[in-house]
Amino acid sequence: MKRNWPVVALAGALALAGCSSDLPADTGTGGSSGPAKANAKSEFFDQTEFARQLRFRTAKATGLDGQDGTAGPWEQALEPELVDTAKYAKPGGGYHLCFSNASVDNPWRQVGFKTMQEEVKLHPEITKFTVLDAEAKDDKQISDIQSLASQGCSALVVSPNTTATLTPAVEAACATGVPVIVFDRGVKTSCPVTFIHPIGGFAFGADGAEFLKEKVAPGGKVLALRILPGVDVLEQRWAAADEVFSGSQVKVVGVEFTDGDAAKTKSIVNEYIQREGKIDGVWMDAGATAVAAVEAFQDAGVAIPPFVGEDQQDFLRIWADEGMTAVAPTYPTYQWRTPVIAALRVLGGRQVPREWVLPQPKVTQDTLKDFIKQDMPPLHYAMCGCEQMPGYPAPWK
Amino acid sequence: MTRLRLADGTAPVLVVLVVLLAALAFAGPAYAEPSGYLALLKRAAPLVVLAVGQYFVVVSGGFDLSVGSLVTAEVVIAARLVDGDDANTSWVIALLLGFGLLVGLVNGLVTTKLLVPSFIVTLGMLLVLDGAVFLWTGGAPRGALSPSFRVAGRGGADVPLLGQVPWSVVVLLVVVGAAVWFMRGPTGRLLVAVGDNEKAVRLAGGRVDRLRLLAFVLSALLATVAAILLAGFAGVSAQVGQGLEFRAITAVVLGGVVLGGGRGSVVAAAAGAVTLEALFSLLNLLGVSGALESAVQGVIIIAAVAYAARGAALRRLFPRRRPTAKPSTVDRI
Repeated sequence: MKRNWPVVALAGALALAGCSSDLPADTGTGGSSGPAKANAKSEFFDQTEFARQLRFRTAKATGLDGQDGTAGPWEQALEPELVDTAKYAKPGGGYHLCFSNASVDNPWRQVGFKTMQEEVKLHPEITKFTVLDAEAKDDKQISDIQSLASQGCSALVVSPNTTATLTPAVEAACATGVPVIVFDRGVKTSCPVTFIHPIGGFAFGADGAEFLKEKVAPGGKVLALRILPGVDVLEQRWAAADEVFSGSQVKVVGVEFTDGDAAKTKSIVNEYIQREGKIDGVWMDAGATAVAAVEAFQDAGVAIPPFVGEDQQDFLRIWADEGMTAVAPTYPTYQWRTPVIAALRVLGGRQVPREWVLPQPKVTQDTLKDFIKQDMPPLHYAMCGCEQMPGYPAPWK
Repeated sequence: MTRLRLADGTAPVLVVLVVLLAALAFAGPAYAEPSGYLALLKRAAPLVVLAVGQYFVVVSGGFDLSVGSLVTAEVVIAARLVDGDDANTSWVIALLLGFGLLVGLVNGLVTTKLLVPSFIVTLGMLLVLDGAVFLWTGGAPRGALSPSFRVAGRGGADVPLLGQVPWSVVVLLVVVGAAVWFMRGPTGRLLVAVGDNEKAVRLAGGRVDRLRLLAFVLSALLATVAAILLAGFAGVSAQVGQGLEFRAITAVVLGGVVLGGGRGSVVAAAAGAVTLEALFSLLNLLGVSGALESAVQGVIIIAAVAYAARGAALRRLFPRRRPTAKPSTVDRI
């Protein structure tokens, strides 16, 4: 019968098409999602690490060589425990730096990668810089790392796509004797010579939640917007916020996943405005769709409540233009400079922190004007530490 | 005497839609006023436009799986070329329509001339566009849309009693009106006939290939309109079109249009899209997880496939009688 087979084949084709689309990578981590967890807090909330990260927010960051006054935040460290690197020393320069990148599939990673490339240009002793893009696929990154092991790298930098899955590949790379530097998301092994990251997700989530706790009246309704379930760094952000909210009198009326999609975000916020009558605060685990959320209030013709965003230019501008009450926690893109600096320290036989915790500032009402750059693209992350680099701003446009 | 009346299959979806809209009024305070329904239509407008385009393809016996990727491609292209400058809005919109036309032509020509089944062609186009967008953007869109570009999807006109009527609702009405007018004309009727019995149309002298090609071109052009509305509504995103092809097909199916072609009305397809959006809104207002939306779409498509198979079997058991009465003079929409 003529009509039957196209219909059945369509069902098959739809299934095929469904297989072809990957989940969008989350902002700031580039990890692919794991399965959704029924009880996120019990799995991702870690009281010890939570307390540690909150303490780091007010700890003093120091330059590694006593250059407190001149070191940029990407050269500073919080409570560094230094390790010796003499065994990796290679005097004379002519370094071949290799980088296994999880992906470049979101604006955070694009700003970061540009920043890293420009940092490499500052160091003529790096004569070759090889980059492999894993396109947010664990299996590709595993083969990328294996490939780099045979390319004569002086040092290997890795930004893991996921934590556990990349661990064996990183261990194999360490075994070759090449110094391995991991940043952004970590791995479950101590073999890298240093693991570089800003304070972390708990601090990020708490910064936003504490702001809303302060700005939203008791009994006020807060909507939490999240990108994806099951991604550890994002889950930590929500776990921290959930902890803060549960100790406050604000009422979280909804926790929704947006898939990082602006249209979906706008629809969700519009629905909640209609359902609840009034929303008194919005918390987000990443700022990629913050502007869409703000626009939902604008388009509904209601006042914009206190907002948690991130340091992308479009959010900072609308914050200033609309006179919003807002805060922007950051997961600074300047962290992409630090692995290059670390590699050169290691190859020069100088100490680096075992865990290199970078400062993680937030944009506040007081500092907002310092971070708005009208000439930069709307999705540009302000905390890039790149304004003073030669060539700024062209590569980031 | 000619009487205007709903085509077969339109009434059920309209009944469901009315029930859903009434349920929304009970579930959410905002739906006590016109502005709530207008906001719903504003959100639904891109999907309605896509569903109308999908209707043309489905009713003529094909499928278009490329519309979601095409929407994303159009939005990304628009952001890059407009680059926030109002002066670029007009020519970029013209270019987007040209690009949509090109994609529609490729889909249509490969389907009709190379005889590749349409779901394979458009699945391939989906992957081609996804890959091209990734290659061009590096994974994240660059540039920005201009305020004048976004006005169609985001702005509106103040109307007494109703409040602000979104421009996208106006676009929705224009598109649906034009589609109804088109389907009532000779070309529209031939399109349905192609889906029903292609050989008969060929033997009667109809240009089957051109009609099929036209369906794909219309689908792609309407996807471009949907892209402009979505870009206005939500801004730049590299995921904006993801999964929209499924929603468009689900909407068409919900409207009673038979997969495989030959039956169904464009008003029902449009109503199916609004119904789908209203259903998701109702589920959201009732606190049901958004993750269920995909499951709901899946159930609808499975039910449609089952219905189509069962219907075909029944038609084999009870072949249609030869007409014994004078042809009906009733006009259908």
